[in-house]
Amino acid sequence: MSAEKPKAVKPAATAAPANPQMGEHAKPSLATRLAGGGFGLSLGALIAALFLGGLLIAATDPATQKAAGYFFARPTDTLSAAWKAAAGAYKAMFEGAIFNPKGKTFADQIRPLTETLTVATPLILAGLAVALPFRAGLFNIGAQGQIILGALVSGYVGFAYNLPLALHLVLVIIGGIIGGAIWGGLVGLLKAKTGAHEVILSIMLNYIAANLILLLLKTPTFQREGSSNPISPILPDSALLPRIFPGSDLNFRLHWGFVLAIIAVIFASWLIERSTIGFRLRAVGANPNAARTAGINVANGYIIVMAIAGALAGLAGVAQVAGTEKTLTTGIAASFGFDAITVALLGRAKPWGTFFAALLYGAFRAGGVMMQATTGTNIDIVAVVQALIVLFIAAPPLVRTIFRLPDPANPRKKKASKNNSLQGAQ
Amino acid sequence: MAFSRKHMASAGSVLGISALLLAGCGAAPEENSSSSGENSDYKGCMVSDFGGFDDKSFNQNTHDGLKAAEEELGMQVGEAESTSETDYGPNLNSMVQQGCNLTVTVGFGLADATKEAAAANPDSHFAIVDDNSIQADNVRPIVYDTAQAAFQAGYLAAAQTKTGKVATYGGQNFPTVTIFMDGFAQGVEYYNQQNNKDVKVLGWDTKSKSGTFTGDFEDQAKGKTNTQNFLSEGADIIMPVAGPVGGGTLEAVKEYNSSHSDKPASVVWVDSDGFETNPDYQDIILTSVQKLMKEAVLDTFKQDAAGNFTNEPYIGTLENGGVTLAPFHNFDDQVSEETKTALDDIKTKIISGEIKVETEGSPKA
Repeated sequence: MSAEKPKAVKPAATAAPANPQMGEHAKPSLATRLAGGGFGLSLGALIAALFLGGLLIAATDPATQKAAGYFFARPTDTLSAAWKAAAGAYKAMFEGAIFNPKGKTFADQIRPLTETLTVATPLILAGLAVALPFRAGLFNIGAQGQIILGALVSGYVGFAYNLPLALHLVLVIIGGIIGGAIWGGLVGLLKAKTGAHEVILSIMLNYIAANLILLLLKTPTFQREGSSNPISPILPDSALLPRIFPGSDLNFRLHWGFVLAIIAVIFASWLIERSTIGFRLRAVGANPNAARTAGINVANGYIIVMAIAGALAGLAGVAQVAGTEKTLTTGIAASFGFDAITVALLGRAKPWGTFFAALLYGAFRAGGVMMQATTGTNIDIVAVVQALIVLFIAAPPLVRTIFRLPDPANPRKKKASKNNSLQGAQ
Repeated sequence: MAFSRKHMASAGSVLGISALLLAGCGAAPEENSSSSGENSDYKGCMVSDFGGFDDKSFNQNTHDGLKAAEEELGMQVGEAESTSETDYGPNLNSMVQQGCNLTVTVGFGLADATKEAAAANPDSHFAIVDDNSIQADNVRPIVYDTAQAAFQAGYLAAAQTKTGKVATYGGQNFPTVTIFMDGFAQGVEYYNQQNNKDVKVLGWDTKSKSGTFTGDFEDQAKGKTNTQNFLSEGADIIMPVAGPVGGGTLEAVKEYNSSHSDKPASVVWVDSDGFETNPDYQDIILTSVQKLMKEAVLDTFKQDAAGNFTNEPYIGTLENGGVTLAPFHNFDDQVSEETKTALDDIKTKIISGEIKVETEGSPKA
């Protein structure tokens, strides 16, 4: 790739295979293509993934397996058992994620919805941390590490200091933002100064972060008194994000981190679509060379967008440690940093798209708990469905073929053959 | 491009369709009892930690206890497998909402979630394996003083080594892991004192509380590399304390023995009797440090179903048989009578308190 760029003056640009030149006829970069799919594409990918997931649920269901033993004798048995298994699992998922009609009180009935929003909160923030760099042509695979660093700093500020009520929480939040921003900014800085590839940098920093938290949780400073388990003390109330609907009888876990996440979405949306910085970032993403010629400082753009991304992921860490978990563990980031990549893809790297994709993923995770508990369906099915969605999104021609979607890059002419619509997909 | 998009797409759909057909046909119609015993009102439940019920270690052993209870008591069961720490709270909550009478949680990681759920649901009963930090009327801790049996294993290893070096390593530096390593090392020390020998322990230092860890409980390749390192340093008996990672040790030792048949190495397994759980490696498993979780979990369910729940901690020891040194099986004729007598003697002395095995992971009674 770098050989095609005779005019590249800075190593930062030459070493960036994710941003090949985008001339009038050149292919857009992979990041841009992944981000550019239509809403129909996301929806199609979701439906196809749910369908395949349903087949998988049916295939692993004991009753269906039994009926499949005499499939050719009486196929209806197999089909009805399969339908029962898949429909039952998805119904349980819905009841665990949106609305549970079996609840005794109204609060019980809508608790699943609040649970979905709770789980979605870190996903929204981490999803933004992936989506914004996408728009600047960067793959941020490092959201995981950035969440961990954010959680580490905000968690430490939370349990190690005793501060007045409002001040403490503010410092916990700021600490998380700074921790994440440093981890993300480091990627941008190294890329801008040395030309190292951001994917490799952010993956390696993930490892460092994961082992750093492991190491720190082995030190007495981070452990509870009288225990040598790798779990930090519980954060005091002054350091916690308050619940949106307090009241012990409600028992909703939804906390103000969700509101923070909505604010972050609005901010990211303004930043990337309306602000000067956002315009520059998008220009860098579309074509770094053209951006440079136009007088935009590309290196600075990389640093800024990665620092902002890190800050957003750091906020996801805050939502975890000060919102739901209340304590620092080695698994504080779960797999949110990696799910965030999928969320950003599904949301087409747009802030509000990411928001709704995160809600969907939150619903999957929250619903998966109920599905597992009531129907005994393996929880890994949820992960498979999530992975299938990405797979379909990464293969737009496949989804377009299945659902007969038009190709925006190459609109179907009146007499165009089927062949054409397939070929123009990329 | 050699292939047109069209070909790729049709090849893709053919692949997809055949995969679907295979998924439908390949599924064997085997019976899987997941909801038997509808005649009982009693419901026993379990939440795993992030290792899952198939971790070949404490989650799995505890799960075996649930299965045994299901069979014996004819109770209903509910189970939730966690994929990460963030699942603990929601999973436990869903079990309580399912109306579980007793929910067993596995691992110290679930302590906070269990404590919270127990406080919010005073009428439900809970038991937590490998954690002794909760004091509540409706929570029973189930813990093991594994160091006692590991001490015996250390003595045995020191008596059996031909090279004068034995080794151990762990998955991660957790107290529930290092308790094995610490006990093992102390057993070797005791052997040295009693017999004026100088058998060395690689992989764990009792004084600095540091040693060799693979970093997770999944990657068998790391277990294999570690073991090969120990073997090349001259150790000939190795105790892996890392769940499935220990499989790498079995592999490495078997390979080593095929080229060193004159002085073969062997393995001390942990948690379950490795002779039974690893049938392919019976000829290299010297013994196992057993932690009988299945039995304790089964007993807890039985007691609770009979209305005799107690919040008194269950502490598995040599005395009550909760931890034990497994039989030597194939190695039985290689262990001298003298060593066997000494091991029995150690057991008596540990039970009487004459020998104190103290580690940071030891449960405090």
